[in-house]
Amino acid sequence: MEATMTFFRRAHLSFDRPYFKAGIGITLIAVLALPVWRGLLESSLINHMLVQIPLLALAGWLIGRGIFASLFTEWDERGIPGLLIAVFAMLFWMIPRWLDAALSEPFWEVVKFVTIPLLIGAPLGISWLRISSFSRAVVWTNAISMLVVIGWLYVEAPVRVCNNYLVNQQEEFGYTAMALAVVIALYWVSRLFFGSWEEPEKH
Amino acid sequence: MRGAITIVALLISGAGVLWAATDGLQVITAEGARRLTIEEKPKPLPAVLLTDQRGEAFRLQDFEGSNLLVEFIYTRCATLCTSLGETFEQVSRELPKDDLGSRVNMVSISFDPRDTESDLKDYGERFDAVSDHWRIARVESSDELEQLLETFGITVIPDQWGNFEHNAAVHFVDRKGYLNKIVDHDPPTRTLETLWKRL
Repeated sequence: MEATMTFFRRAHLSFDRPYFKAGIGITLIAVLALPVWRGLLESSLINHMLVQIPLLALAGWLIGRGIFASLFTEWDERGIPGLLIAVFAMLFWMIPRWLDAALSEPFWEVVKFVTIPLLIGAPLGISWLRISSFSRAVVWTNAISMLVVIGWLYVEAPVRVCNNYLVNQQEEFGYTAMALAVVIALYWVSRLFFGSWEEPEKH
Repeated sequence: MRGAITIVALLISGAGVLWAATDGLQVITAEGARRLTIEEKPKPLPAVLLTDQRGEAFRLQDFEGSNLLVEFIYTRCATLCTSLGETFEQVSRELPKDDLGSRVNMVSISFDPRDTESDLKDYGERFDAVSDHWRIARVESSDELEQLLETFGITVIPDQWGNFEHNAAVHFVDRKGYLNKIVDHDPPTRTLETLWKRL
């Protein structure tokens, strides 16, 4: 028992080391780039949009926190510029055309593997420390409503938006996105009742 | 101040990237991009060898000098391909008899390797296809089929029930043999309207 606790404490301590974090991020990208994982995660729309892309963003988040956390402070006023970069990059990768391009053209696949960690994950990871809790709330509520709208669009779309995916996957993705929105919303509602209302920890 | 400038610069460049990524807010799907690209830059077709429902060999280039309508199908398809077939059937019915086979020709190309000559024939009979102006064809060589699908921008993916999902549309090839317009096959009036303008 004692040994286990020490192990977790150590693991937690090393995870707090910046380069360790960045290392995990880079390893995660490398693993996701393996043909096995690409095949598995890109074969369905759900895995592609809700597993692979978020994991790539998470990798970028870790890299950003690990290496760049103290950079760009003058430019990234209150974290808003970083947030904007992430939002635009997210919008870009939500255009079905480019998701299709990443599947059919190796060039765009490389672009995807570079820009999602670097332009979505990293800026979010860095700026999240700088934005106010009000901005955080705006981001969360927007994420919830966006997932619902996107999910509903995919369920109701009369046409196949991605040439590389079957229509029924499109529908499944839609329902999954809406379910995810409900889960996030419930999480925040439960925080309302059971959470503490301290200002989020500043790093 | 610096913060405000950064934010404005980011808003402008972000909007610019999204504008470019959607061809000026015109295109959000790969299908839309395919159609727009073809209109802006018509494509010559590869000289692949096709065989029609009578077993007769031909090439798409044989129709130069006439308007050619091309669609991609597989004969076991119960949904999309049926409405593709109905569109061509409608075109056959609406056009003056003299134009058919001379100023307008149609080809339905199967991408399913299982389709045999008699499958093509059956498909044609379902829609009263007259082989003089409407050929149902298949491509013998899989390499050539690949090349043809690539040129037209057709993505075919098999599903778990032995069917295929594929992007469906009517492809217009002009008199010089260039693919230069792609329209929705449904409703058929869209195909007819596009065709009238070319006659």
